[in-house]
Amino acid sequence: MTVVDTPTSERDPVNPFKSTERGGKVDPIFRWVLRSSGVLVLAILALMVLRTTWAAWPVFASEGLDFFTGTLWSVGPSRSEVTGTYGAWPFIYGTLVSSALAIIIALPLAICTALYLTQLAPPRIARPGSYLVEMLASVPSIIFGLWGLLWFLPNVLRPVMNFLEDTLGQSFPPFSILFEGPVFGVSYFAAGVVLAIMILPIITAICREVFMLAPEGEKQAAYGLGATRWEVIRKVVLARSVPGVVGGTMLGLGRALGETVAVAMLIGASQRVGTSLLFPGDSMAAVIFNTFADGAPEAIWALFAIGVTLFFITMIVNILARLLVWRIGRITGDATV
Amino acid sequence: MTDTTTATKPDGGPAGPTRRPLSEKTPNAKRRETIDRAVSIALAAALAVAIIPLLLIVWQVLVKGFQAINLEFFTEVEPLSYRASGGGYVHGLIGTLYMVGLAALMSVPLGVITALYLVEYGKGRFAAAVRFFTDVMTGIPSIFVGLFVYALLVQPYFGFGTLMGGIALAILMLPIVVRSSEEILKLVPTELRENSYALGARHWQTVFKVVLPAALPGVATGCMLAVARAAGETAPIILTAFGARQITLALQDGTGQAALPMLIYRGASQPFPGGIERAWGGALLLIGLVLILTILARFIASKSRVTPGGIS
Amino acid sequence: MTDDTATMADPMVTATKRPDDGTRSTEVVFDVEDLDVYYGSFRAVRNVDAHIFKNDITAFIGPSGCGKSTVLRCFNRMNDMVPTARVDGSIRYHGWDLYATGVDPVEVRRKVGMVFQKPNPFPKSIYDNVAFGPKAAGRVKGKSDTDELVEDALRRAALWDEVKDRLKVSGLGISGGQQQRLCIARAIAMHPEVLLMDEPCSALDPIATARIEDLMLELKKQFTIIIVTHNMQQAARVSDRTGFFTTEVNPDSDTRTGLLVELDDTETIFSNPSDERTEQYVTGRFG
Repeated sequence: MTVVDTPTSERDPVNPFKSTERGGKVDPIFRWVLRSSGVLVLAILALMVLRTTWAAWPVFASEGLDFFTGTLWSVGPSRSEVTGTYGAWPFIYGTLVSSALAIIIALPLAICTALYLTQLAPPRIARPGSYLVEMLASVPSIIFGLWGLLWFLPNVLRPVMNFLEDTLGQSFPPFSILFEGPVFGVSYFAAGVVLAIMILPIITAICREVFMLAPEGEKQAAYGLGATRWEVIRKVVLARSVPGVVGGTMLGLGRALGETVAVAMLIGASQRVGTSLLFPGDSMAAVIFNTFADGAPEAIWALFAIGVTLFFITMIVNILARLLVWRIGRITGDATV
Repeated sequence: MTDTTTATKPDGGPAGPTRRPLSEKTPNAKRRETIDRAVSIALAAALAVAIIPLLLIVWQVLVKGFQAINLEFFTEVEPLSYRASGGGYVHGLIGTLYMVGLAALMSVPLGVITALYLVEYGKGRFAAAVRFFTDVMTGIPSIFVGLFVYALLVQPYFGFGTLMGGIALAILMLPIVVRSSEEILKLVPTELRENSYALGARHWQTVFKVVLPAALPGVATGCMLAVARAAGETAPIILTAFGARQITLALQDGTGQAALPMLIYRGASQPFPGGIERAWGGALLLIGLVLILTILARFIASKSRVTPGGIS
Repeated sequence: MTDDTATMADPMVTATKRPDDGTRSTEVVFDVEDLDVYYGSFRAVRNVDAHIFKNDITAFIGPSGCGKSTVLRCFNRMNDMVPTARVDGSIRYHGWDLYATGVDPVEVRRKVGMVFQKPNPFPKSIYDNVAFGPKAAGRVKGKSDTDELVEDALRRAALWDEVKDRLKVSGLGISGGQQQRLCIARAIAMHPEVLLMDEPCSALDPIATARIEDLMLELKKQFTIIIVTHNMQQAARVSDRTGFFTTEVNPDSDTRTGLLVELDDTETIFSNPSDERTEQYVTGRFG
């Protein structure tokens, strides 16, 4: 079929396509290095779980399930065994109550703000507004704690709490229990409100991204059919955004559960389970933060047990949130906010 | 629109739908418009409610911080007593920069390489696991990371110190670096890679000479945001660096290192005006540091060639 | 459509008989035999047989989706980048099977350069763009060596006079036509034997296109060129030989498989093609 007699590979002694330089051997090494860094990241995570659980084990072993339900936290002096009583329920309760309060306050505001920024605001408000929200998400929590304790609590929260005690606190259950006096100042309520202010930019930023995913074509079609802006928001934007908003809320909840210093400054460091939101209490992260420095060895194991509990609670919330958010595609901003 | 059809009189019959002037409104139009207007106002109000406290914080930190800050604040350490006024946070500033720098040295290479792994070989199950768990790691409570480093390194081996604080911050930064770098690296156009391969470059050469340089500004942005986040952390620092009252230059001396957030916390928790004043000054310093990093990061990102729209 | 293969085979045999008249090389660079390309289980191209002669410009034309770019990418193993891609049959480069074991695709690409549809300089300086390949291959030692190589490549790509004063300027900072010539310079800096061009002018204006076409006629003195083009006039203007690809619909699934109808001297393809489908296409009655 050919007129030109070409040499076959069997006859030509030199393969022209053999790797000529050492570069060819680098690629497998390169791949190996990249892969091991992935292994290393997972190894760090695994080591974190194992090392802390191991450190906390004596307390888990001695208390059993009472660790999660007991209300007495009495530290023993031992260096080698567990002699005290460790019931972490007051701290678990404080974490859950302050975080729940934060979400209840922050979520509606965040959704409305994000809706306004993405759907209604003119560009001259939307752009700086979004930018501002992102900037505020980067304000460190110690700043919220400082401001909350020194200015917001005496000037705003205390009058508000007094008002709530006078009105709702004097009404009927459950409000008469939730807002029972006296007002101490530092309390679940104070911690929850400041937490809400803190996580507001985070949830807003995520909701904003979720709402922006609403298909423009469908929105235009709805407008074309004569729908008002609110109808478009409700039927096109919100209807599609439920998983994303739930996921974003849970990411915000994860942050609130694990938040340490702002809560430590505002919740009151009381080891009682306060039925009223206006009573001081303590959270898991806050009790570790506050009592760590002068804890006996035994007490530190107990703090590890609290830390491990906190870790698993936040991980469950986070994993559920990620699974929800992943269904609609990854949200790019949530790592940095 | 359903409203129009129901409004059409059935006895219009063979003449077809009645022609109506454009100004005529459907029966419930007024109610719909009122709802629409009310909702618009409510949403705008929500923005205001959301932003006011946040602006208030920044405003008060600015005002009270500037009252507390002077040159001395950047050159001197705290006085021994929280009652005394004056002095400064230079030890905290040095400590924070020191630890954050160490953390960046550790977390940026590992994070970027992991992100490269996810982008270059990220198809299999193992890669999916790495991706999922780095995402999950962004949500780990920072105090838990402090506990981990304390149990693994501080208590058994090294004691408190700069390096311990740096390691804790590095673990916190790691998932942020991985995530943001991966997002940027994914945006590098395939055409650039193809061109590199077509010129006979190997995989690692393509990655180091084409992909990474093209994505560099975006990667830098993610790293700076991670640094900003780490600089503001208090909880893990207290378990690993513990604190110090003097300038500490040792990498790891077993006794401790100061950090701005921790100094703010200790100053604010004491009922003495001197300590509280310094705390506001420290807050201004910290917020300045974090915001400068954040703004700089966004600025670099805006100059980046690699954007979701491709390369320009 | 099994009988197609038989009708296709005849023109192929005549086409490859190139008498040695002293004006054109009779050396075969690529010998393609019964090439099939699959993406997963989908057969994108089937039964391609072709000879590519040295110092020819061979043009591949045909309607979109006919697999001409896919086949082009087999010549430098760029299809290896697609994880699901698979090649049956053989492509021999001077007798060497490109897909044999022991063949390093990177080395193939160093001998067979490629220029893409969209000019895509790296976000680096003009100089670094040109020096990229030789540096990656470890071929240059020292600055003067590199300088010489960069100048030579840019001269051969007819770009030197326009950019010699701004070699440190970003490759993205020049016009689209200049960017495409930079990509050509970048490819020929590797001193390949073959240049593959995948619709190199489709993103350019007519003036820039004319310059690239002139350049190709100049470059064929040193290189063997295979160009994919959707522009029949371009094929007629620059190429020595033209291959016409078309698609056939697979009856059992709604997919299309590309095939090479015929490959012959450009004059023959445009004036007196052997296959009816080619005639319909070049006279504008199809595609």
